[in-house]
Amino acid sequence: MGTGEEGLEEKDKVVLQSKLEAKKFAITAEVGPLKGTDITEIMEVAELLRGRVDAANVTDQQSSVMRLGSLAVCHLLKEKGLDPVFQMTCRDRNRLALQSDLLSAHVLGIENVLALTGDLPTLGDQPQAKPVYDLDSVQLLWVIKKLNEGYDMVGNELKGKTNFFAGAVVTPEADTEAKRELQLIKMEKKIATGARFFQTQAVYDVDSFAKFMKRVERFNVPILAGVIPLKSAGMARFMNKNVAGVFVPEELIDKMVKAEDRTAAGIEIAANLIRELKDICHGVHIMAIGWEKKVPAILDAAGL
Amino acid sequence: MIVSTQKPWEEILGYLEGESSIFILGCNGCAEASGSGGPAQVVEMQQKLEEAGKKITGAMTIDFLCQKALVKSRLRPRTEQVTAADSILVMTCGLGVQAVAASVNKVCHPACDTVNMGGSRGEWKGDERCLECGECLLDYTGGICPLTACTKSLINGACGGASHGKCELDPDKDCGWELIYERLKQKNQLDKLRTFIPPKSWDKMRPNPKMHSTALWALEKRG
Repeated sequence: MGTGEEGLEEKDKVVLQSKLEAKKFAITAEVGPLKGTDITEIMEVAELLRGRVDAANVTDQQSSVMRLGSLAVCHLLKEKGLDPVFQMTCRDRNRLALQSDLLSAHVLGIENVLALTGDLPTLGDQPQAKPVYDLDSVQLLWVIKKLNEGYDMVGNELKGKTNFFAGAVVTPEADTEAKRELQLIKMEKKIATGARFFQTQAVYDVDSFAKFMKRVERFNVPILAGVIPLKSAGMARFMNKNVAGVFVPEELIDKMVKAEDRTAAGIEIAANLIRELKDICHGVHIMAIGWEKKVPAILDAAGL
Repeated sequence: MIVSTQKPWEEILGYLEGESSIFILGCNGCAEASGSGGPAQVVEMQQKLEEAGKKITGAMTIDFLCQKALVKSRLRPRTEQVTAADSILVMTCGLGVQAVAASVNKVCHPACDTVNMGGSRGEWKGDERCLECGECLLDYTGGICPLTACTKSLINGACGGASHGKCELDPDKDCGWELIYERLKQKNQLDKLRTFIPPKSWDKMRPNPKMHSTALWALEKRG
């Protein structure tokens, strides 16, 4: 995408919502703020993503590691002409702070919110922190719906309401019956309380994901499949062992082991996944985790 | 001791909707002292439920409902009455409800809310943990407290973090929500999982000021 003027026009569009409502294949990418105030990298990534993705998710202190905030970075991306998705976890803020930050986000022109429970602080870089979880992700969606209707969560009228396009997450892979059923039931509850799109945990096994899509077809809600490009075989094995709900098949790990150019192989695997996913879901959500600048190359390879 | 108050009558009756036969269980321990589930309250509850058209298959108090071995041995002679009931109404603190739900394969409804008197007072050595939140949710969760069994205290279902049924925080700790799922499945109550639980009112965790004028308060606080 080109000139500054075009960027300005784009600023006023709610790209993700209109794309999903028009039932077109949507592309979102994750932007992870770093620890500190240097925003050079983020602005470079924003420049590369503009015009290539429909929206950019900004993580909320991902993995419970203290970083620059999602709200401020969403605002910066919006100014750059991107449609930001404000990721909001229940980990660090009580209900007052969550509601207040949602009002702030609206005032800053942010239209999309992704409601999450949030990782445990114990797993982050400051495990001494007191976990909050005053609300859970289902209740946060319910609160967003109330704010959109012009009321705070206890029913007090707002002077000026919000207009959020709210989304949520789901983990398609499960290793027990309980986990699979609990994920589906919670997804249903999230839809009932206001989730209008879903982004998923990383998908590597397209056949297994297709089965999940079949099970949730009746919900009639757009689902963007998570894609995390593999950087090495070691990364794949680490995720299989340590990240709940992520399952990289042996065949893909083997490809990474044998690859002469690991970066090229990682990009190719991600592009292949996107091509296959294109026929079975409503979009992809690329979580590049440090490879944000390679997202355009992945999309080129996928023919998008 | 653990202080509990009886839930509003409408809430208790709501739990029993669609059920006709009830077994009532009270506690001669803290619930008797709290005036929420001792012998007198059990008799009163039986009368009210009968007036509301319920058949009471049996009613008794045990000291103490938080001890699973005691619950099992005292209920054994009453097996027929318990089996004949659609559910058990447990008139005691969150620990007692959880202990009974774990001991008997029957739907167990909480009749009380457990309130917190500030900090913790002693430690119960059983598996069950009660947060004394003042707004008991055990009816929705098969008698396993999500506030204490789930590391994140989630009340509307599991996060995505469990792996092979264990919490991501600790591979030795069971995922509380997977336990709740299995318990509800066993009791044929999986539909309960679909209920939206609104945000908790943490102000209910503190004792209601009305309690300040009770004998219990006088004995506990000024005794």
